[in-house]
Amino acid sequence: MVERNRLLDVLTWVVLAAGILVIAFPVYVTFVASTLTPQEVLQSPMPLVPGPHLVGNYRQALLHGAGETSVPVARMLFNSLVMALGVAGGKILVSILSAFAIVYFRFPFRKAAFWMIFVTLMLPVEVRIMPTYKVVSDLRLINTHAGMILPIIASATATFLFRQFFLTVPEELAEASRVDGASPMQFFRHTLLPLSATTIAALFVIQFIYGWNQYLWPLLVTTDRAMAPIVVGVTQMISRSGDAATSWNLVMATVMLAMIPPALIVVVMQRWFVKGLIETEK
Amino acid sequence: MEKRVVFRERWLPALLLLPQISITIVFFFYPAGEALYQALYRQDAFGLSVVYVGLDNFRDLFGDPAYLASFRTTALFSAGVTALGLSSALVLAWFADRVLRGATLVKTLIVWPYAIAPAIAGVLWMFLFNPSLGLVAHWLRALGLKWDYLLNGAQALALVMVIAAWKQVSYNFLFFLAGLQSIPKSLLEAAAIDGAGPWKRFRTIVFPLLTPTTFFLLVVNLIYAFFDTFAIVDAVTQGGPSKSTEILVYKVFRDGFKGLDLGGSAAQSVILMAVVVLLTVVQFRHVERRVSY
Repeated sequence: MVERNRLLDVLTWVVLAAGILVIAFPVYVTFVASTLTPQEVLQSPMPLVPGPHLVGNYRQALLHGAGETSVPVARMLFNSLVMALGVAGGKILVSILSAFAIVYFRFPFRKAAFWMIFVTLMLPVEVRIMPTYKVVSDLRLINTHAGMILPIIASATATFLFRQFFLTVPEELAEASRVDGASPMQFFRHTLLPLSATTIAALFVIQFIYGWNQYLWPLLVTTDRAMAPIVVGVTQMISRSGDAATSWNLVMATVMLAMIPPALIVVVMQRWFVKGLIETEK
Repeated sequence: MEKRVVFRERWLPALLLLPQISITIVFFFYPAGEALYQALYRQDAFGLSVVYVGLDNFRDLFGDPAYLASFRTTALFSAGVTALGLSSALVLAWFADRVLRGATLVKTLIVWPYAIAPAIAGVLWMFLFNPSLGLVAHWLRALGLKWDYLLNGAQALALVMVIAAWKQVSYNFLFFLAGLQSIPKSLLEAAAIDGAGPWKRFRTIVFPLLTPTTFFLLVVNLIYAFFDTFAIVDAVTQGGPSKSTEILVYKVFRDGFKGLDLGGSAAQSVILMAVVVLLTVVQFRHVERRVSY
């Protein structure tokens, strides 16, 4: 702070409190709704104090689900976990290997391979959904976890990040490994991989959240509702036919369950998360 | 930048690249090529014959009032989301930067919504603003406002805009805060000694020095508003009422999967690709040489 200014100090807390309120209010109301009976939620206005049905509602949602299809939310959480881990793990594995190849080797078509990977930075799945869907259905991957994960892995952000990082690794390390007679893969395993630990952690946080929060793609590939991740499943619990037909208390419990895992990761791994965001610059 | 010391193996790099290259070809190049190809053909209603039509699909699109309307909606929507998301994040970041005690807590409280999926954000807000059971909708009516976003297109568009901006504030906040913290304190202190108040310092020092961050965020937010907001629209309005929130990504999806107009949907995909490529090129040029004073 540059100077003392009482008015500005007061204003600071007012603005920040207002901002945090706007951010937190929808989540608070959702939490309250998840602890009420369906009738209480449908009252206008809805109560703003949590009710006594927290455990009952969450157990009902987790074990039995809600709505027309009634897929247990535990099943949806499992699908989300598989998808998030698959996207995060898959991206990291695939891209650390290709970045290693591009930075540490000279081979024909190296430039071409580089560009082939980096154009994919440009096009999100959203713009090529129809043809990608056709590919996935031709490969018989509809309603499989692989079909949900693989097309999302085809992106260059992680490769780019690893490449940038490898370029900052001192040349002497590779030189020393070579003099000691280590093979490239030994150098990769014993030198490069340990050095990349922070980059991997940062990427993991970002990509886990990215995978967990996917919507359009899993919506298309999962016609079987038991395969849908929670983010897709929860919107399908909401009845389009009328508000009274929806068990809002269970929907809201599911919304809370969908938010908690990625939110925990952001809060617990905040340091890696901020690093990952600022460095990938998207 | 290139490495001097390199390994000489011939086949190993090919093997290392194989997973990424094959995924990229199967799920990226092939589908993108297919979209380009389909955009030039037209299928009859029964899917029996396919005719080459050249650029007719594109001509039809730009002659179609519904498509032009969707373009206008998208432009309005993206501009609104970007302006709202950037300005509120900048205000929060500027004030958060002043906080000495509890700074980490404040930061955590503002940053964590990054973890919320767009679809979930849509459900949260829809629940508050739902005309029949929403709490905020109830308050708005108590204030005498006729709130019903299921019937009123302008209200629906405003609602999805606010949700999309709300979801993006935490991301923008992080970058603005990092930008603010990298401004040398000595500059601000010197200006304060010369008698410049907080507002004047913001206008003449802070904001100009934030230009690179702002520009970067501008592009990222535009891309976000164009593509990542599909889930919000789908969860809250499904493009309605009467297409007033039908943004371009939503229309591609609707025409392709619901309307089964392959050629038209592919042509729309191609146009969207052009938009992203354009935005990305702008962004890359900016990464190369930062906008600065």
